[in-house]
Amino acid sequence: MSEQTSTSPKSNGTAPLLEVRDLVKHFPVKSSGVIRRTIGQVQAVDGVTFNVYKGRSLGLVGESGCGKTSVGRVITRLYDPTSGSMKFEGNEIATLSSKAMLPYRREIQLIFQDPYSSLNPRHTVGSIISTPMQVHKTVPKNKMVARVQELLEVVGLNPEHYNRYPSEFSGGQRQRIGIARSLALNPKLIVADEPVSALDVSIQAQVVNLLQDLQKEFDIAFLFIAHDLAIVRHFCPEIAVMYLGKIVEIGDRDQIYLTPHHPYTQALLSAAPDVKQAAVGGRRERIRLEGDVPSPINPPSGCRFRTRCWKAQDICAAEEPPLLEVGGRQVACHFAEPLQVIAPEALTFMAPSDGVENETVSTSGSTAL
Amino acid sequence: MTEVLTDAPPERDPSPADSNEPFLVVENLTVQFPTYDGLVQAVTDLSYTVQLGETLGIVGESGSGKSVSSMAVLGLHDVKRSRLTGSIRIGGKEIIGASNSTMKRIRGNDVTMIFQDPLTAMHPFYTVGAQIVEAYRLHHDVSKSVAKRRAVEMLERVGIPQPDRRVSEYPHQFSGGMRQRAMIAMSLVNNPKLLIADEPTTALDVTVQAQILDLMQDLQKEFGSAVVMITHDLGVIAEIADNVLVMYAGRCVEKGTTKQILTHPEMPYTWGLLGSIADVSSDVSKPLIPIPGTPPSLLNPPDGCSFHPRCRHTDKVEGRRCFTELPELVQQPQQTHPTRCHIEDPDTIYETEVKEEIM
Repeated sequence: MSEQTSTSPKSNGTAPLLEVRDLVKHFPVKSSGVIRRTIGQVQAVDGVTFNVYKGRSLGLVGESGCGKTSVGRVITRLYDPTSGSMKFEGNEIATLSSKAMLPYRREIQLIFQDPYSSLNPRHTVGSIISTPMQVHKTVPKNKMVARVQELLEVVGLNPEHYNRYPSEFSGGQRQRIGIARSLALNPKLIVADEPVSALDVSIQAQVVNLLQDLQKEFDIAFLFIAHDLAIVRHFCPEIAVMYLGKIVEIGDRDQIYLTPHHPYTQALLSAAPDVKQAAVGGRRERIRLEGDVPSPINPPSGCRFRTRCWKAQDICAAEEPPLLEVGGRQVACHFAEPLQVIAPEALTFMAPSDGVENETVSTSGSTAL
Repeated sequence: MTEVLTDAPPERDPSPADSNEPFLVVENLTVQFPTYDGLVQAVTDLSYTVQLGETLGIVGESGSGKSVSSMAVLGLHDVKRSRLTGSIRIGGKEIIGASNSTMKRIRGNDVTMIFQDPLTAMHPFYTVGAQIVEAYRLHHDVSKSVAKRRAVEMLERVGIPQPDRRVSEYPHQFSGGMRQRAMIAMSLVNNPKLLIADEPTTALDVTVQAQILDLMQDLQKEFGSAVVMITHDLGVIAEIADNVLVMYAGRCVEKGTTKQILTHPEMPYTWGLLGSIADVSSDVSKPLIPIPGTPPSLLNPPDGCSFHPRCRHTDKVEGRRCFTELPELVQQPQQTHPTRCHIEDPDTIYETEVKEEIM
């Protein structure tokens, strides 16, 4: 187990904020009819192990249906895990009753993807942001308005607008309201589930920069769930790639993007369009994946990626590859080997990774920038 | 089985020699919608051309008029609720003001559209095959069985496994990528000369997006059709477009070849767009540079240049012209492509201030 714990060099010595071990979430599939027997399981998350450190971001990427959102929902205990362990600051939270879970909900907050459906249209912005503080009784009533206004200011909205309704705001502003709500309880961990994918490009950058500033200011750890490889790379120093309910590769940003070892990571990176690369005339050799992601109700035996993998051999069907340390990151593949997908000329300024990372990610206690 | 496919391209094959003008010509197109709140100026004075075999990418944010202008090309706007002026010519035929029956002949035959969300664009109660058959029989006087053979053939061509079984399945039985392939099959069944793709890959995963873009490029090569690709994703543009048109607040603000726009943009909005995107190979230590503010309302667009409230470079133009005077879409002598901007020397500003930030 201990060799499976993801240890990046910069997090050595500090205990993780959130330790997730062999997390499993299966959804039962019921038959139709009067007696609704369980006839199968959607294996949405199937044995996922990772750590999130204080004030750092872990990115979770993968295609739709790979279980990344389910991971986020289980961590916030919106879903109960089927099995596995989740330790928040050393305390097990996977099996807590909803009453015992209450103090931890304050520490773990969510930002949702769709800023249109995640805000109640009949509530004012003030009531949306103050609800968590009322529920947890963290702020006395007479100081509530001041606190809401403070939060609105933090996320870059006009504090005078606390009496307005969500419909009066644009998509980017609504997402800021959602962010203000998630900040209301001073959480230590925010699960951001596709926080920018519903926004226009020019607005995406505003929200990403806001999240980065907030992370620096309040020392918040993020579990950043997204399908946009470029945004995840920009935001997270550590990245996990998921496929069909399992983590196939997890490691530092540069390890994953420069020398991906898992065939799926390689295919994913080769498919990501790259404006700046294309602009200088280079076009990446694309690895074409055949077909679609198999159904999580009946995943392939052995390695789940084998049905679409060009390296697949007999062993891939027989034996499930464990997540093992290869070349500085963990990868679950029988035939893991590095393959440079992003062209070398694009990498020149990425090589000195340590210097870059220390600047962008302020871990607790590091000098303020 | 395949004879329809193989002899189809020659019959539709473009012969650029006999056409004096590009296949699609849009001239001074203006689309306005009268509403209770006032007149929405969705598209203003838009002009572009697309040759057969060429791909034009139209980029812009939501509400910039990119979809509205393309729907006008298909004649999809309700004449009672919209005001269209200008001229749209498809293969020499004028679209604006054309009768419904003329439009029916063109739509789905000469010009087709691929929509963003195939689940809502396809009818849930009809099989995929039935919908392709309908599109084919509308323009070809053939029996149902012949049309069905054609549908199977098209599904096979777009890479759907077991097409003879899949043809009688419903859209919900297809996965997202499959559904988009089926949409493409449906739109190509009549060998259109012009294909309008409205955010065709936005709802798809990157690996599937790559498959679909490859497929579209292969099919374009095979059929020699003109493609208009509407997207907000510059990555998609970089992959497949020959020419790019950047739209902002209903107007074209910059147009040129893909290489010109991506390597040498000369309009502050395009600079902003390129600066605000993260790339899988960009420097992570540099923060993204967002465009401040939000796109303007098209009910009462700002005076002067519609981008001026968000522009960082208005101080470089003398006499506050950005605030009062709408710049024309012109190509200055020192420019390689036209832009709609008052800045005298965008080249120098780009080289000295902007390039560092966005590249």
